Amino acid sequence: MHNRTLKELAEALATKETSSVEMTRYFLGRIEKLGKPLNAFITLDEERSLAQARAADLRIARGEAGPLTGIPIAHKDLFCAKGWRTTAGSRILANFVSPYDAHVIERFGEAGAVFLGKANMDEFAMGSSNENSHFGPVRNPWDLAAVPGGSSGGSAAAVAARIAPAATGTDTGGSIRQPASFVGVSGLRPTYGRVSRYGIVAFASSLDQAGALGKTAGDLAILLKAMAGFDARDSTSAERPVEDYPAMLGSGVKGLRIGVPREYFSKDLAPDVAAPVRSAIDEFVKLGAKVVEVGLPNQHLSVPAYYVIAPAEASSNLSRYDGVRYGHRAAGFTDLRDMYRKTRAEGFGAEAKRRILVGTYVLSHGYYDAYYLQAQKIRRLVANDFAAAFLECDLIMGPVAPSVAFDIGAKANDAVQMYLADLYTIPINLAGLPGLSIPCGFGAKGRPVGLQVVGNYFDEARMLAAAHAFQQATDWHARIPPGFEKE
Amino acid sequence: MLSEEQVARIAELARLELTPAEALAVREQLNGILAMIDEMKAVDTTGIEPMSHPQSAMQRLREDRATEPDRREAFQAIAPATEDGLYLVPKVIE
Repeated sequence: MHNRTLKELAEALATKETSSVEMTRYFLGRIEKLGKPLNAFITLDEERSLAQARAADLRIARGEAGPLTGIPIAHKDLFCAKGWRTTAGSRILANFVSPYDAHVIERFGEAGAVFLGKANMDEFAMGSSNENSHFGPVRNPWDLAAVPGGSSGGSAAAVAARIAPAATGTDTGGSIRQPASFVGVSGLRPTYGRVSRYGIVAFASSLDQAGALGKTAGDLAILLKAMAGFDARDSTSAERPVEDYPAMLGSGVKGLRIGVPREYFSKDLAPDVAAPVRSAIDEFVKLGAKVVEVGLPNQHLSVPAYYVIAPAEASSNLSRYDGVRYGHRAAGFTDLRDMYRKTRAEGFGAEAKRRILVGTYVLSHGYYDAYYLQAQKIRRLVANDFAAAFLECDLIMGPVAPSVAFDIGAKANDAVQMYLADLYTIPINLAGLPGLSIPCGFGAKGRPVGLQVVGNYFDEARMLAAAHAFQQATDWHARIPPGFEKE
Repeated sequence: MLSEEQVARIAELARLELTPAEALAVREQLNGILAMIDEMKAVDTTGIEPMSHPQSAMQRLREDRATEPDRREAFQAIAPATEDGLYLVPKVIE
């Protein structure tokens, strides 16, 4: 059961091989039995999950099931869900029980999916290692000494260990693709605006986008179809129809032009990552695609520009945590201002504080033009690079991260080194493009390597079809971490 | 390079209390991050239009009518301190 795709799980429910209640108990059991060392979940609520499963079983019996009805899905703890504790991995929201559902949660509810639990994550989605969670680090199922990546580390580890069939995530600078790559699962960050941000705890609003992590491109197609679509409550939600991604999976890659940026295979890329990524691109050529070299000359400016824009937006978004309306409030203080200062000092972790301070500085009087305005101009240059590249190719392919998963603690004391490792994922967020990661091999210490596929705006169907074609021809996506293979 | 005074000023603007030890560490970290960002500052961007957002579309407008339901009780149930439907904070006016 644990290794089945979403389609296979739906079939098992449709043929009465199993029920949603049994399936939900099964995955909750795996979380209990095998999941402990991973620390992939912040909140589980068996009663709530099983109540949804019972409702799903009734719906299935009425013959009203959709492709996700009755299937348990884990949600990153950044999505507000009514009645569920929603922490964003932070102490400041450690006891926050959301009074409403995020749009994505509503969508999964309408689809009849079962809410399996809240997945661990870096605090406020700020991090690339999941070491910044108030609820402790998540561990990589392939090697418990390694990070699972971040910030959607819990979602990624849960899917990799087959303790959740699929999970949601969010991606502001690589937070779906990088952990997907580090644990060997498939992860999709859709085009900015494709999925509503309503009810997602905000980090950097012009970069945040919700997406999904699953075992296959086919699973991602089903999840995206359920999540995507216009929502008036998100002022940046795209008003355009959602495509039938699952139905378009079989389009193949014949004649597809794959752009490989000449800047990607530089000294920054570890050889044990470069080799599987090159082999994966060769596999696409065997399948009928052709490779064209493209240039992204400004991509090296992406990380510096991102670390102006993202903290600036974060410092503004996180100003709402003041201990007045919800969340943590410090116990002792002298006056209102002191209450703010102490509440926020106690509530935020070190990385969130760093980003709030950087953001406050770059937006402060006298520095705005040199930092924020300049970063927005660089952002334009980065986006223009992609626009030019997509005149010559249909998809861009390359690495997700410059190395395989690193050891827990290895970069924890060097913020800048941690930031610089996001050089392949951040440009996509700045441009607002969709990107996905699929497993394509293993590097040092047997740790997984992901291939990044970047599409033009709203070209998710083509990206998923290409990923699907690759997964029909290879079996990297079917590898299970040792210790998690058994039923 | 940020001075100690600048770090203290930023922390105050951000309403974050820093212990002396934290302020010292934060100053070093912030200077490291700003040095990394400096690579971007050297680029000539004359004539480049700033990109504030991935979409060029205009902001959507809606009809001027109330659409939000009154959920005061649900929202105040999760507040640290309320009384008679109001949020309580320390006294600000003597």
